[in-house]
Amino acid sequence: MKLEIRGVTKTFQSKNGALAALDAIDLDVQAGEFVCLLGPSGCGKSTLLNVIAGLDAPTRGQAFVDGKPIQGTGTDRVMIFQSAALFPWLSVFDNVKFGLNMTGVPKPERQTVARKYLHMVHLADFEQASVHELSGGMQQRVAIARALAINPDVLLMDEPFGALDAQTRDLLHDELQTIWTETRKTILFVTHNVREAVVLGDRVVVLSARPGRIKEIFSINLPRPRQIESYAVVDLAREIMTVMKEDVLASTRDAEASLLQEIEAQRVGDDVL
Amino acid sequence: MATRIFQNTVARKTIFFAVLLAMWQSLAWSGLWAEYLFPSPLSVARTLVRGFQNGTYIVGITTSMGRLLIGFGISGVIGILSGLAIGRVKLLEETVGSLVLGLQTLPSICWLPLALLWFGLSETAMLFVVIMGALLAITTATEAGVKNTPPLYLRAARNLGARGWKMYALVIFPAALPEIITGMKLGWSFAWRSLMAAELLYVSLGLGHLLMMGRELNDMSQVIAVMLVIIAIGLVVDRLIFAPIETRVRARWGLI
Repeated sequence: MKLEIRGVTKTFQSKNGALAALDAIDLDVQAGEFVCLLGPSGCGKSTLLNVIAGLDAPTRGQAFVDGKPIQGTGTDRVMIFQSAALFPWLSVFDNVKFGLNMTGVPKPERQTVARKYLHMVHLADFEQASVHELSGGMQQRVAIARALAINPDVLLMDEPFGALDAQTRDLLHDELQTIWTETRKTILFVTHNVREAVVLGDRVVVLSARPGRIKEIFSINLPRPRQIESYAVVDLAREIMTVMKEDVLASTRDAEASLLQEIEAQRVGDDVL
Repeated sequence: MATRIFQNTVARKTIFFAVLLAMWQSLAWSGLWAEYLFPSPLSVARTLVRGFQNGTYIVGITTSMGRLLIGFGISGVIGILSGLAIGRVKLLEETVGSLVLGLQTLPSICWLPLALLWFGLSETAMLFVVIMGALLAITTATEAGVKNTPPLYLRAARNLGARGWKMYALVIFPAALPEIITGMKLGWSFAWRSLMAAELLYVSLGLGHLLMMGRELNDMSQVIAVMLVIIAIGLVVDRLIFAPIETRVRARWGLI
């Protein structure tokens, strides 16, 4: 599925007045493409994902999926968060089946589909485990399986590996590349980790400090699977870092960057019920 | 040796209560007060056994517990539903929510005069007092649980296609469950206290009535025996029913 983002601008009303998050973002993502959004913390990149997910509406501009304007959430686009956001009252298996239950998939089919994706993320043996028994990396794998199970066309990943230790993260980079090669989903992956962006993306879109504007787009033409410690990745990451440097500095001086992150995490869509 | 015994909690408790009983027994033997005002633990124990043997305590317990279960069940259903609604709908929160908050400051036994005028000296009046005792605590706790639902759960559920009643039943309700259980525990103890108070006031066959009958017959050992039964029921419900459920849910939800 193709994503078109046309002049998307977002301003929040906070207690300190207007808070500009995004400024006139224009971006096309092709079907099956893996695009990384890279930017300093609090630059509005999560807001862009929220807009595409339908959890938030732009102040100006519009985002389109296959030419149709996005209004509200849809199961063609699924978001994966930094925290796995699994439901602790459900077993691992029931978590993966959750979306299938919501979308009205018949019961026997739910079982087969959930098994398939748990197998894909190497957690077939943990069907009946409780969420709190799993490590952070395992929880994030379950979240990926849960998202894949409803077969969305677009995966929106919001710093999904940001809270994991380096070894687990490297492992999940490999797994995500494999999953992407097998399923050919369109992936929009938000991160502030430059090397991670280079390892995963077909393209890396660099955003400026708040309010987020597109600063530069890099095409990454390295063969896959890519390793985070390879020279090619490190060299390219250094090049991108030079472009980002002043924005990272600007964002560390931005008192409202963390306020923006807080607001972004609260967005649940206006028509929740 | 002695220090090792005192390090053991169970031993310490046992010794404490044994000393307490011994003091009670020796005070009763001292003859300072008349037996009908200050019965010995032995005569209380005899009354207790007799009460259970002739069935009056069984009837008292089942009558009181029956009232409590029905009333508590009704307030559980109404309280959870209205708490869910108040927690999600701004208009209800500002109106009904503030009413609930105001009424909660009223000790629940204060509903009794109103219930007697409306329903007379009837079973319904008793039930009404129990319902009002638990209802507000359960409503407020459910409301708080709904409001404290992490937005992350709503975002994730929304993304996976949750809508309408499924969002309520499968996400918001379970997310609020730990706080709902705490509210039910509190509501239970309010209801229990107000039921005992209500039963004291008129002939009702319940435990409160047995307590009052003890007073009327100048039978202090009956009064103390029924008090012990009431304490025992409170402990059993709290420790053997609510506490384990609460611990298990909080552990599963990752809250401890």
